Amino acid sequence: MESPIIRTENLSAYYGDFRALNSITIAFPQNKVTAVLGPSGCGKSTFIRCLNRMHEIVEGARVEGKVLLRDRNIYEMEPTLVRRKIGMVFQKPNPFPTMTIYDNVIAGYKLNGIKLKKSQADEIVEESLRKAALWDEVKDHLHKRGTFLSGGQQQRLCIARALAMRPEVLLLDEPTSALDPVATSRIEELIEELKETVTIILVTHNIGQASRVSDFTAFFYLGELVEFGPTQSLFTVPKDKRTEEYLIGKFG
Amino acid sequence: MKRRTPFFLSLLIAALIVVGVLLASFFSITVSSLPALKKFGLDFFLGKQWDPPAKVFGALPFLIGTLITSFLALLFSLPFSLSISILLGEYLKKGRLASLLKSLVDLIAAVPSVIYGFWGLQVLVPWMREFEMKIGVSPYGVGILTASFILSVMIIPNTASIAREVLELVPADLKEAAYSLGATRYEVIKRVSIPYAKSGILAGVLLSLGRALGETMAVTMVIGNSNVIPRDIFSPANTMASVIANEFTEATGNLYYSSLIAIGFFLFLITAVFSILGRHIIKRSSLK
Repeated sequence: MESPIIRTENLSAYYGDFRALNSITIAFPQNKVTAVLGPSGCGKSTFIRCLNRMHEIVEGARVEGKVLLRDRNIYEMEPTLVRRKIGMVFQKPNPFPTMTIYDNVIAGYKLNGIKLKKSQADEIVEESLRKAALWDEVKDHLHKRGTFLSGGQQQRLCIARALAMRPEVLLLDEPTSALDPVATSRIEELIEELKETVTIILVTHNIGQASRVSDFTAFFYLGELVEFGPTQSLFTVPKDKRTEEYLIGKFG
Repeated sequence: MKRRTPFFLSLLIAALIVVGVLLASFFSITVSSLPALKKFGLDFFLGKQWDPPAKVFGALPFLIGTLITSFLALLFSLPFSLSISILLGEYLKKGRLASLLKSLVDLIAAVPSVIYGFWGLQVLVPWMREFEMKIGVSPYGVGILTASFILSVMIIPNTASIAREVLELVPADLKEAAYSLGATRYEVIKRVSIPYAKSGILAGVLLSLGRALGETMAVTMVIGNSNVIPRDIFSPANTMASVIANEFTEATGNLYYSSLIAIGFFLFLITAVFSILGRHIIKRSSLK
């Protein structure tokens, strides 16, 4: 397998006494899309929230084990720095309603108090919106608030906002679960394009989505990593019985 | 309407009685203030002189006294009430310390205002007197600044609890978005939570202002009850509310009586406006 950019070693996650993830060891190849698949409650969201240290924001939540970004343990780095290197897009589109579209894109810089020159900011905004396939739709409304955008556009705005920080890894936590089919397929197309510049880890409970957009798939069940491999082989010849049963719709 | 059971009717009657009392009192205040308003017209608000023996009644000193004390009180209380609301709305959301702090802050609002007045007279006035002697102004002890301090304590819970509530309404997914972009907790509060809650916080401030404008007992006890336009913030003065409380029992003659009621009439209007405005903003911002 290609060189991994981010990997975990014996990663376990807890909410208080409850163990949501049990000793996950996995390596994500660079510039690929990896789907994290599984029924709801399997720990897949918890898992990717451990990858950018968002898990620990919840009170009583903690993590054991290692997450290595280019061989550096992110749990020994500043959480704010980790989150700038590893971007995230959430289930529900959540642009900042108090900010304009323009400010939403560079929100990461504004929040962190990083001063940008006007020309630099313009450049980042255009580049990020183009990457997120939103530029043509919003270029004449950059200084309006983003609240009039459709759900799909809002989600692409959130993708642009994450890309603006030029992350190495982009975590997508069921990014289309709140969107209609048309908006969903636009996001899926976008994911294909994005993997050229950024490694993508996509959480989904949608089997079709995983098969359409991912190069690799990790199947999670009850807090465990059941199976991990190239999407095609995992979907055609699953090694584990649980993977097979999930794929043919026996549960989930 | 199919709810015309005797129980429903009795509830309705009780509610109507309350509304009726409000309307009736507003009506009688309006009627009783008419003689003064007719006699002085606009001069009632612009007149600088309040001279009962000469039967000259101008309410400008009280208008000024009310505005200055209320705004100063707001100014003094804001750093504290906002800090409390951020502390309770963002940091200490649960736990013993949080509920203890919450109930103590609410207790501030529950203490009868006469107690604050007493405390002011016993403790704050002597302190102020010493302070005034040190800086070389007339050491009355009582006056606008003293009243503003007392008021500022009394209005802390209003702003604090409303601001806390609106901060708690800030959607968690917005905060998560900010965290995921590398923001610290402080940056999330400053750039996401407060901007989102801004109008609600403003509403809390307006409601506090309404409370400060109308507060009577404590202010009356420490403001010095002087009926001239205050020279500076150390001067004794009177607010609209305090002059009514202070002089009502000795108001001899129809015009004197009517003038005090006219002050009350306008105090009623002003506080109603602030309270309605504040509630309106809260409603609008929580619908959003």
